[in-house]
Amino acid sequence: MTDIINSLGILLFATLAYGTPLIYAALGSCFSEVSGVVNIGIEGMMTAGAFTGTVVAYFTGSPWLGFLCGGLAGMLFGALHALATVRLGADQTIAGTAINMLGPGLVIMIARVLFNSTDTIPLEPSQRIPRLFTGVFDTSTTFGRFMDNVFSTYASTYLVFIAVILVWFIFYKTRFGLRMRACGEHPQACETLGIHVLKTRFLCVMISGFLSGLGGACVTMAISNQFRPISIVGQGFIAIAAVIFGKFRPHGALLGCLLFGFCSGLKTVLGGSSGIDTQLISMIPYVVTVIVLILFVGRSRVPSASGKPFLKAR
Amino acid sequence: MKQKRSVVEIISTMRFLHILLAILIGFLIGAGFLAIMGISVGDAYGKLLDSVTTVKGLSYVVVYATPYILTGLSVAFSFKTGVFNIGAEGQFVVGSMAAAVTGILLGNLPKPLLIPLCFLAAMLAGAVWGIIVGFLKTKWGINEVLAMIMFNWIAFYLSNYIAGLPGIKNTGTAEATQTISENARTLLSKSTIADLGLAPTANWGILMALGAMLLVWFIIDKTTLGYELKAVGSNKFAAEYGGIGVNKSILTALAISGALAGLGGALQVMGMGGRISIFSSQEGFGFGGIVVALIGCSNPFGALAAGLFYGALTYGGSKLNLVGAPTQLISVIIGTVVFFIAISVVLERLGGGLRARKNVINREDAEKAPAGGPQKESSKEGDAQ
Repeated sequence: MTDIINSLGILLFATLAYGTPLIYAALGSCFSEVSGVVNIGIEGMMTAGAFTGTVVAYFTGSPWLGFLCGGLAGMLFGALHALATVRLGADQTIAGTAINMLGPGLVIMIARVLFNSTDTIPLEPSQRIPRLFTGVFDTSTTFGRFMDNVFSTYASTYLVFIAVILVWFIFYKTRFGLRMRACGEHPQACETLGIHVLKTRFLCVMISGFLSGLGGACVTMAISNQFRPISIVGQGFIAIAAVIFGKFRPHGALLGCLLFGFCSGLKTVLGGSSGIDTQLISMIPYVVTVIVLILFVGRSRVPSASGKPFLKAR
Repeated sequence: MKQKRSVVEIISTMRFLHILLAILIGFLIGAGFLAIMGISVGDAYGKLLDSVTTVKGLSYVVVYATPYILTGLSVAFSFKTGVFNIGAEGQFVVGSMAAAVTGILLGNLPKPLLIPLCFLAAMLAGAVWGIIVGFLKTKWGINEVLAMIMFNWIAFYLSNYIAGLPGIKNTGTAEATQTISENARTLLSKSTIADLGLAPTANWGILMALGAMLLVWFIIDKTTLGYELKAVGSNKFAAEYGGIGVNKSILTALAISGALAGLGGALQVMGMGGRISIFSSQEGFGFGGIVVALIGCSNPFGALAAGLFYGALTYGGSKLNLVGAPTQLISVIIGTVVFFIAISVVLERLGGGLRARKNVINREDAEKAPAGGPQKESSKEGDAQ
């Protein structure tokens, strides 16, 4: 019994640790997709955030300043994507692909200049995003250890749940959210009603970059303590997948990310003991996602104007 | 009616020029970064050029380019048929593993039998990987981009798993498969390589790439199948109304696309690689294929040129370290090129707008044509190009 509760605690901890960066990025992807811009460049924006966050925290000693700058770096690439796709009407897939090459290329190049290596120097514990409620729970009891595993987690995880609620509120309870969703469905109608489609989309893509940057920073400043070229490998695409999984709704995407985090956690818990090949265990999250899609989710409706550049009539 | 065309107009109508312009800007921006880092632009670009202009360098470029040409063709083919094959990565991986397993287990078969078998196994594996996603889409309506991202990773771990199986795994310490049978390799003969001074991994895989290119061109432009696939790609409702089976088309398109990527995997392992390592992260051949397809305008001949360009930069880039420039400069250059290709649509619109204005002026001169019509048409024409 004790073992099971312990494992469960570790499993939930891992779920949240793996899930958090994905949730940030998925929220970002929601903003962009729902306003009608496909953002396949999430991966590149996360890489930019992951690197910038670590570097700023390393040089200033402040994890929170680093975290914020990580977001801003993502936003910079978001602005670049928005400039191309929203202002200039470029193909969104092509521009996103470019971002995915530029982001990692640029930051690793800068890393080479700053640190003479592709990795950054590991952060001190004080420079990393702190874990909250450490020492609150009595770890000598089974229950206390479980609570410690689950609730004594990174501050960025607590923040992301607040962010989910906030984003949900913006999406469904504010005027901006309604307009934003309308821009993704029928931009022409929006324009006739006096909604600035281009401004709305530009803003949404920038928010998308900001959130992706924060997600990237979580990876290198909370779970790990340094940026390496393999810090961000595919999380951006998984976040996009989670958003499609969640039918382009922030709470749906949250579920997708948690499922994914849970399966990745399962991998860590099972990894050592079960005797099943680790490569096969690593496959679980992806296989489970496909099965869940077949059984429960099925057809997802893409916002109807998504992917189409909106050109203002002259 | 004869019209004088301005420079902007001429540039705006030539897709090829846009690409060249984008490449030029890419290198300029790369030069900017080099200057900021205090590295001599001449040294770095000189090294890049030197390393790909010798016979040996050129043969390396071809070797590097071969798999990218195939994944580029795969993605380009999918673009033509209205699917975004982000899954070329996974199809490439299962293809190369299928070829490797065939090349290891049936290693005693004679060369003329084994090589086609390896190709076939790889293309079949890639096609199956594509069809699974197509099936998920047509049967359950599951978004293909999502499914492909999942299947890329499933392929990745599957390949790692197979590479670690007894009978496949290297008997030494290397975390990789055994080297495939000599009879399954596409390498040129040692004497040819030595006589011509080629790269040690020089192989005839490029011929397969050329064949695949011609085949893709033929299917897309010259067959009923290609016509149907393109019709589904441009408007699936109209295609369905016209009597084309949309689901069947999607499955066919993904199967062909997957087979192309799978063949790419085979050429990589039978040519350059010789064996497959247990990787810690995806290698990016599929992702490179997306870039190649985009630079090549989703055209089979374009994919060949873009693949060679990509191969040249990847190989040349690996030599940049020698002059103290970071290899990642290449990603920045290619990223910039792709970015400017993306925004080159502005040029087209600019050209379209100019032509429209000129038409208005011409019309006013003639004082004949009715208002509205021709102007709209010509601007549409500009956008379409």
